[in-house]
Amino acid sequence: MNTHEFKVEAAFGATPPPGLRLGIDIAQISAIDASLANFGEHFLRRIFSDGEVAYATEVPALTAQRLAARFAAKEATMKAFGLSEAGIGWRDIEVTRSADGACALALHARAAEIVARSGCTQLSVSLSHDGDYATAVVAALAPR
Amino acid sequence: MFSPDNFDTQIRAILVKHGRLAVDANGLAADADLYQAGMSSHASVNVMLALEGAFDIEFPDEMLKRSVFASIASIRDAVAGIGQT
Repeated sequence: MNTHEFKVEAAFGATPPPGLRLGIDIAQISAIDASLANFGEHFLRRIFSDGEVAYATEVPALTAQRLAARFAAKEATMKAFGLSEAGIGWRDIEVTRSADGACALALHARAAEIVARSGCTQLSVSLSHDGDYATAVVAALAPR
Repeated sequence: MFSPDNFDTQIRAILVKHGRLAVDANGLAADADLYQAGMSSHASVNVMLALEGAFDIEFPDEMLKRSVFASIASIRDAVAGIGQT
């Protein structure tokens, strides 16, 4: 089940065209591991939500892999909605995880506002990883 | 203590270390497109984090735009602008 919260605020910025929105990204797990080594808590707290950090650090051997997939999901969302110039905080695009392991996207602040303005009714994310790479796909229907 | 005069030197050093460019950042024109020079989105995040650490600043969300990190000149302008607030 996908969950997302929209917070409607004053409209600003360009509205992406209507229709199917699709974004994909791939992240190198060892490169994410290097970011962790170089920037530590600064990297974690700047890019990931408290929930994402908590899940990713549950199993230290899987931390970089889990963060890489979530980083890819954030990038994929940015691509799906054309948010590269919108001034979006990285933590405003969050991957949540239900008890059964299913992942979903939760949008906050400006990311939520822009997506809400598009009339997005369904927002889906899928994560995967193999070897040194993690990937994510985001798809959405946005009638406006 | 950094001043606008030596911002470029420090920015170039950060790009050398974290930008994962296909070319030497020290030889790039200030307005050269860093993404065209090989900087990925993940590398731009590392550059952002390094800039925040080096200059003791935090980029506000409204400045987290691809264009802000697109060139040495745009990064310099952004860092200088934050330093004035």
